[in-house]
Amino acid sequence: MSRLELNPNFTDPDAFYAALTETHRERSEEQIERINARLILLLANHVGDQAVLEEALTIAGRAEERPAQATAR
Amino acid sequence: MPNTYKNPVYPYRRPPELDSGEVRHCPVVIVGAGPSGLAAAIDLARQGIESVVLDDNNTVSVGSRALCFAKRTLEVVDRLGCVEPMLEKGVTWQHGRVFFQEREVYDFNLLPEEGHRIPAFINLQQYYFEEYLVNRIHEFPAHIDLRWEQKVVEVDAQPDRTAITVSTRDGDYRLTCDYLLVADGANSKIRDMLGLESRGQVFQDRFLIADVVMKADFPTERWFWFDPPFHPNQSVLLHKEPDNVWRIDFQLGWDADPEEEKKEENIRPRVQAMLGEEVEFELEWASVYTFRCRKMDSFIHHGVVFMGDAAHQVSPFGARGANGALQGVDNLVWKLARVLKGQAPAALLATYDDERQHGAAENILNSTRATDFITPKSRVSRLFRDVTLELAEHYPFARSLVNSGRLSMPCRYDGSPLNGADVEGAPRELRPGSPAKDAPVRLSGEAAWLLNQFGDRFALLLDGRMDEASAAPLAAELDALLARQPDLDAVIIGPAPDALTALPRSRVVEDSEGLVGSRYGLTPGGGYLLRPDQHVAARWHAVTAAGVDEALARALGTHLAANATTTQGGRHVSA
Repeated sequence: MSRLELNPNFTDPDAFYAALTETHRERSEEQIERINARLILLLANHVGDQAVLEEALTIAGRAEERPAQATAR
Repeated sequence: MPNTYKNPVYPYRRPPELDSGEVRHCPVVIVGAGPSGLAAAIDLARQGIESVVLDDNNTVSVGSRALCFAKRTLEVVDRLGCVEPMLEKGVTWQHGRVFFQEREVYDFNLLPEEGHRIPAFINLQQYYFEEYLVNRIHEFPAHIDLRWEQKVVEVDAQPDRTAITVSTRDGDYRLTCDYLLVADGANSKIRDMLGLESRGQVFQDRFLIADVVMKADFPTERWFWFDPPFHPNQSVLLHKEPDNVWRIDFQLGWDADPEEEKKEENIRPRVQAMLGEEVEFELEWASVYTFRCRKMDSFIHHGVVFMGDAAHQVSPFGARGANGALQGVDNLVWKLARVLKGQAPAALLATYDDERQHGAAENILNSTRATDFITPKSRVSRLFRDVTLELAEHYPFARSLVNSGRLSMPCRYDGSPLNGADVEGAPRELRPGSPAKDAPVRLSGEAAWLLNQFGDRFALLLDGRMDEASAAPLAAELDALLARQPDLDAVIIGPAPDALTALPRSRVVEDSEGLVGSRYGLTPGGGYLLRPDQHVAARWHAVTAAGVDEALARALGTHLAANATTTQGGRHVSA
């Protein structure tokens, strides 16, 4: 069974982060929310595998409940 | 009131018990002559079991109500012998459109698989569905005693027998029965009388159904709007019914006043805005409803068995109410008949609860998901819903997330205690617990359908395209098998050697288009055991009589009988 990739997997991490920041630049919070929602749906479909998606959802949700532990990773 | 349909009025007849003063004992009494109760009576009659059906009204459904009847339901009704008038009257559609705000975001074509007798589903008003079942009931006068305007007012459920008091315009009388089948609807009075509950979620929303007759032509398609300009922030569904009637379903929101919304002067502008100013229509029927998704913890309480909405209730999205109900009846009746005839332990009946709890949970899950998509519960859910619809206009992937109700698919009884042997490499969709798939065949040179060869009894589907030498020993085994298993018939895929075609209680069909072989993954000597409800019990690459004996015993719950007493006791305590 495939697992969520938690080791670095970006071809260019800095470029991705810059592009993400750029996409959010000078947009209203409402627009940013919509962009983020679209991004989640686009990427989720690309991942596809329900088990992997649930793993990501679990980690994302858990980080909110226990911020200290999650950021220590 | 509808102009396109006139409800039949079925006559009240004075029950003989009022004059005899005797308390008649019946094997089965059914409460409620809706889809479940009517179908159960017919199915029982086919099994040779007599029943009394009691209904407190004197007609079929008032208003169109259940509308989409799915393939599996119609296959069950076909087994009951009355699907023809439904297929003839019903509207078949396969094209749909989804709209978001001002725009059409995509359209779809369901393109059903070829080579099935029954379409993916039909739209048919519930009153027609019930009327055709009542007509069929009249063909079983010796087995079905259908009594109109008879209301059950008292129930005393004991472990070995149930007593009821029935109220009529001429007075009250009593009946006792081995089994009381309860199909008196979502607000089941019998359930209340027994202090039992159906538990789940109430949705904080109201919907208006308006059935309208169009003067002009309109395409036979299903249209679903999210947040349309003519009804902002809500959803609207347009669906075709027979008789040129259109079902329009308006989401109203929780604050709507049902009495106000039901008034014609309030409905007309809404419908007019949706159809356009130039479209002429007449209002047939309107109803405002809320809905729940809920079920009972156990559908069996002593000898009282709950069916349909009385047992489990879903939201209307995905058409799983009446469809789920008919699958429940299909599951229950063959078991009940064999328990009543002493051919199976009482534990077999308890598997109705196992298998249909699974079915009900699946239906509730699916209809709840659709409801949550249509009516987002938070600002963020709404945001995701809306961007999903926007993406759906341009990207096919997002269309798979749009959920305005999923087509009711037949339930598979995965993990059922009745499931027997499975084999490697056979099609997954026909694994034990699955409903059999249809395919075109030839029977005595005539075109026929595979599913019509199964039902009411157990059937061994055998690929008999073997050579004489390997068929001979198998035929000898199967001959002895059929002699000791009177509840089993054989359906042999031919051409087969004489040794197999000469078997008793067997028929040979030809796989005219090769679809039986491919759908079932059959090879010569391989086969399936099918239950009386056409679900797969077991399957083999090489059929043996011993294997069929074992699977039959298992499908009849023989292995469950040993601990049946404690299981039953436990159920009753928890109920």
